[in-house]
Amino acid sequence: MKNKKIICAMLIAVMTAGVMAGCGRGSAEKKVSTDGSTSMEKVIGALGEAFKQKDSSVTFTYNPTGSGTGIQAVLDGRCDIGLSSRGLKKEEKEQGLTETVLAYDGIAIIVNPENPVENLSAETIGKIYTGEITNWKDAGGNDGEIVLIGREAGSGTRDGFESVTETEGLCKYRQELTSTGDVITTVAGNPNAVGYASLASVSDNVKAVLVNGVIPSEETIKDGSYVVQRPFVLVTQKDKELSETAREFFDYITSNDAAEIIYKAGVVPAYGEETAGDATLP
Amino acid sequence: MKDEKNFFEKLVHSIFLILGLVTVGCVLLITIYLIISGIPAIKKIGLVPFLFGKTWESTAEHASYGILPFILTSIYGTAGAIVIGVPIGFLTSVYLSKTAPKRIRGIVEAVVSLLAGIPSVVFGLVGMLVLVPGIRKIFHVADGASLLAAIVVLAIMILPSIIKVSVTALDAVPEEYENASLALGATPIETYFRVSVPAAKSGIATAVVLGIGRAIGEAMAVMMVSGNVANMPGLFQSVRFLTTAVASEMSYSSGLQRQALFSIALVLFLFIMLINAALKFFLKGKKE
Repeated sequence: MKNKKIICAMLIAVMTAGVMAGCGRGSAEKKVSTDGSTSMEKVIGALGEAFKQKDSSVTFTYNPTGSGTGIQAVLDGRCDIGLSSRGLKKEEKEQGLTETVLAYDGIAIIVNPENPVENLSAETIGKIYTGEITNWKDAGGNDGEIVLIGREAGSGTRDGFESVTETEGLCKYRQELTSTGDVITTVAGNPNAVGYASLASVSDNVKAVLVNGVIPSEETIKDGSYVVQRPFVLVTQKDKELSETAREFFDYITSNDAAEIIYKAGVVPAYGEETAGDATLP
Repeated sequence: MKDEKNFFEKLVHSIFLILGLVTVGCVLLITIYLIISGIPAIKKIGLVPFLFGKTWESTAEHASYGILPFILTSIYGTAGAIVIGVPIGFLTSVYLSKTAPKRIRGIVEAVVSLLAGIPSVVFGLVGMLVLVPGIRKIFHVADGASLLAAIVVLAIMILPSIIKVSVTALDAVPEEYENASLALGATPIETYFRVSVPAAKSGIATAVVLGIGRAIGEAMAVMMVSGNVANMPGLFQSVRFLTTAVASEMSYSSGLQRQALFSIALVLFLFIMLINAALKFFLKGKKE
């Protein structure tokens, strides 16, 4: 009996040691972790891939949680770089965070392909979303009640759209959906619907209208003539050094080398320029 | 030798105890976490404005956090699903248990089990692509995403739990009861509804309560068909449930908004506790 006990004890000791050893490993690895905006999935995924091609020993992770969660993750130190598809709020900057614009994303105003409307002014879009115009015939279309499709409160796309069209908190949504894909599906299924979505994810089953007569495209977003656009932001802690690998990654994606990859992901690169104001590199 | 046996008895006993405590621990952890994270927002907003406020504008400049629309929507939606789902489920189970030929019963029961296994996101997807445009065309409304769409989806989703539990309850009615009724000259249908169903009523009530529990806790499917706008409920209105209020805003929330979402979860949790208490009550009735 005593023997059994001893064997038991030894087994436990060995197992525990195994677990411990498992924990110990990872530390020497080269790791970059990012966390945040789901809108940035495509662009950050492409950048991570390219970075890994340069140095295959690097582990790159991206956690698609949403801008708010990503910013919180940087604060908590759970990731190296936070991704936000909106600029930082004042209270977030006061907590010691800093932002670097990676790229600009155009927000397309989408309608059903059956809808004859081709062009809307930014002012008309605002009026449509605040419920001042409720029928398509007042916006140059057929007779039919306008169905407003939007995103949920807190979404980067919604925040971007509402701040550009100056309709914050005034939008009379018929539906608030939780993903870009849902918005596109819904607009594609209802001839009277209008919605907004990241330009990169607009597909053929919906039609992106011109805003102020300007077609949404990379050129018009870059030169600023297409007005409905928002920044893709890298969030870091102001007073904390990034790890060596994370630093390398940060420098790489904000360099001219990465611009083409960002461009291919459907958004307009900012060439790593810092935003005006207090954005300083960590 | 005896010592050894005792030792192993005790060892096994303690392993079982620990495993049992894991479950209890999980429930306790969730309860305590919900209460701790749900109370601050209610304190800040105030219990009455929170529970009975009619506007929810969590990201507005002057944010207001009233969840009455969510509570009413959850209650109406669940009630609607029960009104549609219970008669269908109940009559199906009477048919399956009493009058259906064996082969048909086998097939239908297999189909019901399959229905129970369909993930809720699939219900939502089909609802979004078929039901929502359908409602728009049939009722000539601007948009089909509405409380009605959610009710229909929920009614279908609760069918399996209602049917399965009711069939079990009806099957358990002693044959002598029915034979006695038939011998007294009652028709089979009279027998089923006057004798079998009353004898199985606590089981059927349990089935309905389980259905309510499933309906009130469902998030994914209703999120895809109900429109998710914090309106006071109306049949063709775009509405938001307690569950979807938490699910749709959680990923991007911050500060008081996030705390308020935990408070909504706490309210939902209390609803579920209430339903569980009701379930306990019915099950107890069954034993007596």
